[in-house]
Amino acid sequence: MFPILLILLLPVALQAAAAPMPEGRQARLTELLLEDCGACHGRTLRGGLGPALTARALEGRDPETLFLTIRDGRPGTAMPPWGPYLKEEEIRWLVEQLQRGAIHAR
Amino acid sequence: MPADRLLQRRVPRWPAATLLCLWSLLCMASGSLRGTGDLGVVIGRADGSLTVIETTHRTALGRIDGLGDLSHASVVFSRDERYAYVFGRDGGLSKVDLLRRRVEKRIVQAGNSIGGAISQDGRVIAVSNYEPGGVRLFDAASLDPVAEIPARSGEGGKRSRVVGLVDAPGDRFVFSLFDAGEIWLAEAGDPGQPVITRFPGIGRQPYDGLITPDGRYYIAGLFGEDGLALLDLWHPEAGVRRILDHYGRGEQALPVYKMPHLEGWARAGDYLFIPAVGHHSVLVVDPHEWKEVTRIALHGQPVFAMARPDGRQVWVNFAFPDNDTVQVIDVDRLEVVRELKPGRAVLHMEFTPRGEQVWVSARDDDRVVVYDTATFGELARLPVPKPSGIFLTARAHRIGL
Ligand code: HEC
Repeated sequence: MFPILLILLLPVALQAAAAPMPEGRQARLTELLLEDCGACHGRTLRGGLGPALTARALEGRDPETLFLTIRDGRPGTAMPPWGPYLKEEEIRWLVEQLQRGAIHAR
Repeated sequence: MPADRLLQRRVPRWPAATLLCLWSLLCMASGSLRGTGDLGVVIGRADGSLTVIETTHRTALGRIDGLGDLSHASVVFSRDERYAYVFGRDGGLSKVDLLRRRVEKRIVQAGNSIGGAISQDGRVIAVSNYEPGGVRLFDAASLDPVAEIPARSGEGGKRSRVVGLVDAPGDRFVFSLFDAGEIWLAEAGDPGQPVITRFPGIGRQPYDGLITPDGRYYIAGLFGEDGLALLDLWHPEAGVRRILDHYGRGEQALPVYKMPHLEGWARAGDYLFIPAVGHHSVLVVDPHEWKEVTRIALHGQPVFAMARPDGRQVWVNFAFPDNDTVQVIDVDRLEVVRELKPGRAVLHMEFTPRGEQVWVSARDDDRVVVYDTATFGELARLPVPKPSGIFLTARAHRIGL
C-alpha cells in the first residue's frame, strides 16, 4: 500500500520541486522577454545594445551568473536589475528557457 | 535596348503624354486617384508588417507584409511622399510604395541595424548598423550600395556600433559611435566618396542623437555619464562641447529599462524638452544659453518627449513599468495638464502635420488610438497587431526626420 502511494505521489512531488510556471504567467514572461528584454537584446534575441541571448550565445554559461545578472543588473552598463519586477523563480525559469533556446520570436 | 530608351525615342516630343499614360494606368490599377500627404505607416513589431493609414478619415488602408524583423524599426520618406524606406532590426532596408502598397525592393544590408536617414536632396539613403558597426550609403532609387563608412576607432580599429544617425543641410549625415564615444560628420555631396570629420572624446556611450528642426545643432545623449554632447553645424571647427553636465548630479539615477529616444525633442515655445536619463522628469532647456531652465516631474522615466507642431504641448510616454501612461505638458505653464491611458505598453506617438491629432501605439493591447489634441477626446481606435513606431509622410519635408 505504502510504496504504491509513494509512486503515485512521486510525479507530483517532482513537479513541485521544478515549480512549474502557470501557463498565463509563462505567456506573460515570454512576451516580456521578446518585447521588453528585446528592446535591448533584439526581439530575435540576437543582440542589439545588449549581447545576444540565444542558446548558442549562452552555451556553457553558469546559470547562477546569468540569474544574478538578470536579478541585479550590471552596474556601469545598460543592463538594469529585474529583481524589483520578477520573482526569483521567474528569473530562473527565464534563464532555463534562454539556455534551452525554448523561446523564439514568431 | 533598355525600355526607357525605347520610350524616349518613340515619344521624344510628348513626355507629358507619356506621363499621362502612365498615370492613368496607375489609376486603373489602384481604383482611384489620391495624394500621399495624409498617409503614414504603423510598424507591426511581431509579424514584420506595415499598416498603411490615412489621417483624414483615420482609417487603415491596407497591410504590407514580408519586411523581416521590425522590432525597433524606423522609417523615412522620399521627397514626393510616395515611398517609405523601412529600416529593420535585422539589417533589412525596404523601399515600399504607399500607393500600390507593395514592397518595391528589399535588401539585407547588415546583420544588425538600428536606423537610417535620407539626404537633403533625397538621392541617398544612409543606414546605421550595430553589426558590422558603421554606416552604409545607398542609392535611394535603386537601393544599390554607394559607399561604406566603417566606424573604426581607437587602437586596433575596432568597429563601433552606430546610433543617432540624422541628415543635415548640405547633404551631410551626422551620427554617434556608441562604443567609441565619438560624433562623426559625413559630407556626402559626392555620395561615393563621403568626407568624414571625427569628433572623438565626446563622452561615454552616446545612445541616441537628434538635430534641431532648423538643422543647426546636433545633440547626442550620453548614457555612460551625465550631460549631452553638442555640435554646432554652422561651426563644426569649434568642436563638440558638453552641455547640461550637472543634470543628474547629487541624485541617484534609477536603472533604465528602455533607452530614451531623442528624435522627438523638438523645440517647443522658447525651449527644448529633453528626457532625463534615469530620472522621472524632463529637462526644460534654453537653447540659447544651453542651460536648464527647470525640470518637470513626471509619472515615470520618459522615452519620447514629442512637441506638438505648434509648440504649445509636449506629449511624453514612459519606460517599463510605467508604460501604460501618456502625459501632456502645457508649454506655456510648464506643467502636466493631462494624463491618458491609451493601453498597455505605449511605444510611440506621432502628430499630424498641423498637430490637431496625435496617433499613439499601445503594443500589448494591439491597438493604435487617435486623440484630438485640443479636447483629449478619442477620435478613433484601430486594431494593429503589436504596433510600435508610427510615421506620417509629412516627415519627408522635415530636416532630421
Ligand atoms: C536597457 C537595455 C537592456 C534591457 C531592457 C535588458 N538588458 Fe540584458 N543586458 C544589457 C546590456 C547592455 C548587457 C551587457 C552588460 C555588460 O556589458 O556586461 C546585458 C546583459 C545581459 C545578460 C548577460 C549576457 C552575457 O552574455 O553575459 C543577460 C542574461 C541579460 N542581459 C538578460 C536580460 C533579460 C532577461 C532582460 C529582460 C528581463 C534584459 N536583459 C533586459 C541591456 C539590457
